[in-house]
Amino acid sequence: MRVSTIGYSTKQGFKNIGRNWMFSLASIATIGACIFLFGLIFSIVVNFQYIVKNMEESVSITVLFEKDTDQAGIDAIGEQIRARSEVTNVEYVSAEQAWEKFRDIYFEGSEEAAEGFKNDNPLANSSSYAVYVKNIENQDELVKYIESLDGVRAVNQSKTAATTFKGFNSLIAYISVAIILILLFVAVFLISNTISMGITIRKEEIGIMKLIGATNGFVRAPFIIEGLLIGLTGSVIPLVALYLMYNNVVKYILSKFTMLTDIIRFMNVNQVFEILLPVSLVLGMGIGFAGSIVTIRKHLKV
Amino acid sequence: MITLNGVSKSYGKGQPAISNMDLQIDKGEFVFVVGSSGSGKSTLIKLLLKELDPTEGTIRVNDQTLNSLRRSQIAKFRRGVGVVFQDFRLLKDRNVYENVAFAQRVIERPNRVIKKRVPEVLTTVGLAEKYKSLPRELSGGEQQRVALARALVNRPNILLADEPTGNLDPKISFEIMKLLEEINERGTTVLVVTHNREIVNAMKKRVITLKKGVIVSDEQEGEYHES
Repeated sequence: MRVSTIGYSTKQGFKNIGRNWMFSLASIATIGACIFLFGLIFSIVVNFQYIVKNMEESVSITVLFEKDTDQAGIDAIGEQIRARSEVTNVEYVSAEQAWEKFRDIYFEGSEEAAEGFKNDNPLANSSSYAVYVKNIENQDELVKYIESLDGVRAVNQSKTAATTFKGFNSLIAYISVAIILILLFVAVFLISNTISMGITIRKEEIGIMKLIGATNGFVRAPFIIEGLLIGLTGSVIPLVALYLMYNNVVKYILSKFTMLTDIIRFMNVNQVFEILLPVSLVLGMGIGFAGSIVTIRKHLKV
Repeated sequence: MITLNGVSKSYGKGQPAISNMDLQIDKGEFVFVVGSSGSGKSTLIKLLLKELDPTEGTIRVNDQTLNSLRRSQIAKFRRGVGVVFQDFRLLKDRNVYENVAFAQRVIERPNRVIKKRVPEVLTTVGLAEKYKSLPRELSGGEQQRVALARALVNRPNILLADEPTGNLDPKISFEIMKLLEEINERGTTVLVVTHNREIVNAMKKRVITLKKGVIVSDEQEGEYHES
């Protein structure tokens, strides 16, 4: 296809939108709603994942040993834990290190009191392993395994917050997929209606085109471009809105829940848009393309 | 240039619109096809443009056998055939220039060719100065000239005109016919379907008379006989 033909078809595509602007506007609004919702949910889901990942990286299982376990036994337990595929890291914390950590946290400002325990470590026999897992969902299974090992006295885990987050995240993802699918169908249906209106209005012109030797591609191109333009406009508007909203919403959440600032870190808007932008543009234009192709195939047998 | 061999076209179970027709039109001829309504004139035009396929027989136009033309080849075939209708079929929202340029855009001519060809052909039909006018601002005769310019701008070998003077008064009709004659003199084969007896009889061209889908007379410098 020639450059001048592409230019001509694009111009006609714009004209088509102008000719039945009410339908075009309705289509743009529906795609806009679809993409906005998609973007919103995407932002929430990736942020949840980001937060959960951060939590997973900081949440560990603490493995304590039986009193009479010697260093060789402790090392053997370490090897067995390391051999598990779901384990990312195993750190040995000696009784002295455990006491130092405890002292730093709980005797802050009254170090003198802690001095009394200098030669009598209250946490003797409290050496442990801190075990980190790749995926928090595998934690229960791993805990059961470690508990079954010889020489293990107790296994402590703190995972409630992360698993709750994760469950909630999946729920949001499922509901959002359902809503987006419904909206997708509505959008394709509306675009299809818009294009078929355009075809009806231009029926005479299409007839003339065919009689003077227009190829199928030439007749169809303006309608495909119309669909793509509607899709593009329908995705750019919500993307701009989401971009402008994102930082404000993050700031608002952190200002309302100051206690969260230490635990939760949100993704940067540019990090989110690295994926959201191309996916939304392709999705919007894809909806436009699908809507126009479906209609052209049905109404424009040239 | 145009050859029909044993061509029939039926729309249903009744009388065929065209019945076992043989016809030969050579390059550079000017031919009138006449007949009352229902004689098969419009069906003939549609068959020649491959808007319809014959029920029987073979049709050759511009050295191409239409029966064996694939769908994808139809567009290219039609580029060699200009066509003009009784109701002009202009694009109402575009001016004279754009209506004519449209035919060039459809066959994907580059803009520089369009800018050269369109004024040329508008001069030929005597509308160079009205290139900015919209169809509704023109008289019937002028609209038909625009339609003619559009049919000619792609330099077709054949021009088919379906009742080109049907909506025009006698004086204007003669002007249009003169224009068609000039176009013919430049080498384009012209086939005019009409029932305008006055014009046919005045022009002294080949006249093919149809009745109920059959050729009842075919005369050089013929006349339109009452059937």
